[in-house]
Amino acid sequence: MDFYLTTVTLGLCYSALALGIYISMKIFNIPDITTDGSYTLGGAVTAMMLTHHQSPYIILPAVIVAGGIAGALTGLIHTKLKINALLAGILVMTALFSVNLTIMGRSNIPLSNLPSLFSLVQVVADPNQNTFWILLVFVILITFLIGYLLKTDFGIAMRATGNSESMIRALGVNTDRMKISGLALANALTALSGYFFVQSQDFADINMGIGIVIVGLGSVIIAESLINWLRITSVWLSLVLVLGGAIVFQLVLAVTLAIGVDPNMLKIVTAVFVLLIVSLPRLSLLRSS
Amino acid sequence: MIAINDIHKTFNKGKANQVNAVNGISLHIAEEEFLVIVGSNGSGKTTLLNLVAGSVFPDTGSISIDENNVSKLPDYHRSQWIARVFQNPVSGTASDLSILDNFRLAAIRTKAKGLSIGINDKFKQQVKEKIATLGMGLENKVEQSMGTLSGGQRQALTLLMSVMDSCKVLLLDEPTAALDPRSAEVVMRTADKLITDFKLTAILITHNLKDAYNYGTRIMQMSEGLVLRDLNNKQKSDLKQNDLFDWFG
Repeated sequence: MDFYLTTVTLGLCYSALALGIYISMKIFNIPDITTDGSYTLGGAVTAMMLTHHQSPYIILPAVIVAGGIAGALTGLIHTKLKINALLAGILVMTALFSVNLTIMGRSNIPLSNLPSLFSLVQVVADPNQNTFWILLVFVILITFLIGYLLKTDFGIAMRATGNSESMIRALGVNTDRMKISGLALANALTALSGYFFVQSQDFADINMGIGIVIVGLGSVIIAESLINWLRITSVWLSLVLVLGGAIVFQLVLAVTLAIGVDPNMLKIVTAVFVLLIVSLPRLSLLRSS
Repeated sequence: MIAINDIHKTFNKGKANQVNAVNGISLHIAEEEFLVIVGSNGSGKTTLLNLVAGSVFPDTGSISIDENNVSKLPDYHRSQWIARVFQNPVSGTASDLSILDNFRLAAIRTKAKGLSIGINDKFKQQVKEKIATLGMGLENKVEQSMGTLSGGQRQALTLLMSVMDSCKVLLLDEPTAALDPRSAEVVMRTADKLITDFKLTAILITHNLKDAYNYGTRIMQMSEGLVLRDLNNKQKSDLKQNDLFDWFG
């Protein structure tokens, strides 16, 4: 039971990141890999501020702003300097490594005995379950906010920007500004994942973000396969599926470890799993045709 | 309505593939005028239209719309006067968004896209009524994504979308080039009706000389970035369809 609980909790930690990737990749059609850096940035800011005895409630907006700035920088480089989005993301991610190291002051910060978001409120006695419930509330809240945003006029314009740029410009939207705010939003969400992760695992590490983008991509791809397969057009349902994707992704990894696969092989299992999900619809199409 | 003053536009200046797309055009388009532009490929028609729309900026010369100098104003600011229909139906609509979402964006073309939900039952009803006027049976499909429709249906909807918000200038860049003859006729007739009903100033680029003959209150032929012929309404109505074919002889 505890095994599944911690896995699902981890999945919830990553669901903000998955929503971020969903926004940059699916809504804006921009392959943004600032993620690795902005995730660690979220963690670094959280750890630094927690050790300086700041309240998690104050840290929350600080993390969102920090991630937003990182994303906006990628957006600015991409739109104003007309640099390929992938390269813009890599540049900011690389630069963020030094920023994160400076914020943290060292490569690893343990947070075991400090109060965190998950110890401030006691819903249930068991700390693991407590973390789960608090995270669940936050994730539902975030999903609701993003879902609402995508339904607003601004949100429709966001979705159109990634879909038909010529159209949305003719309809009076500054697409550069839209992309910058979209990437800011995506990376603010990613940083939020770092904020959750650091407080649920009681440590921050400079390397915690390495390869994290695949976690988001995998979750989105799981969701996307289902969205295409079930022909879902509802924004809400799509977001819920992205959350589900994040949890399923962690479950698959946890089960892989539990059945005794060498932990060194975990990254290759991750890669193969994502490959499998991407190729599955195509493979089954091949067979039927 | 639109005043173009000696504009020049050169692409890839100083390189081997330099293109002098527009070589000094001055033009005044009056309010409610429906200008048809014909000309062979590479004569600068589309560039001229893009210059008016603000997708590209002139190297020299000026453009004003409704007495405002817009020479350096980007397309998303000129949208307060201008609505566009593109040659490719995909460019004028967002495929993954529903018809309703597309219409919502069109309905706030000249306004800010804010953080409130604009699609309600009243708006939906309004869109349905508008779409019903096309007689295509699309009014019950407003929740469907735009991508499920045919090119002709999308062009017709794009036209309707252009008058969802206040509109003074309508730019039509070969709107029927990708359509079959029947859909093309529906789209052209819809365009003509909207231009008359809403008293729009319009510019149509077309390679279809029959359309050029049938529609519009002024016709212009372009060649190598210059205006070769420019006929007003009177001269245009005296024109015979065969004369048009002779222009390209």
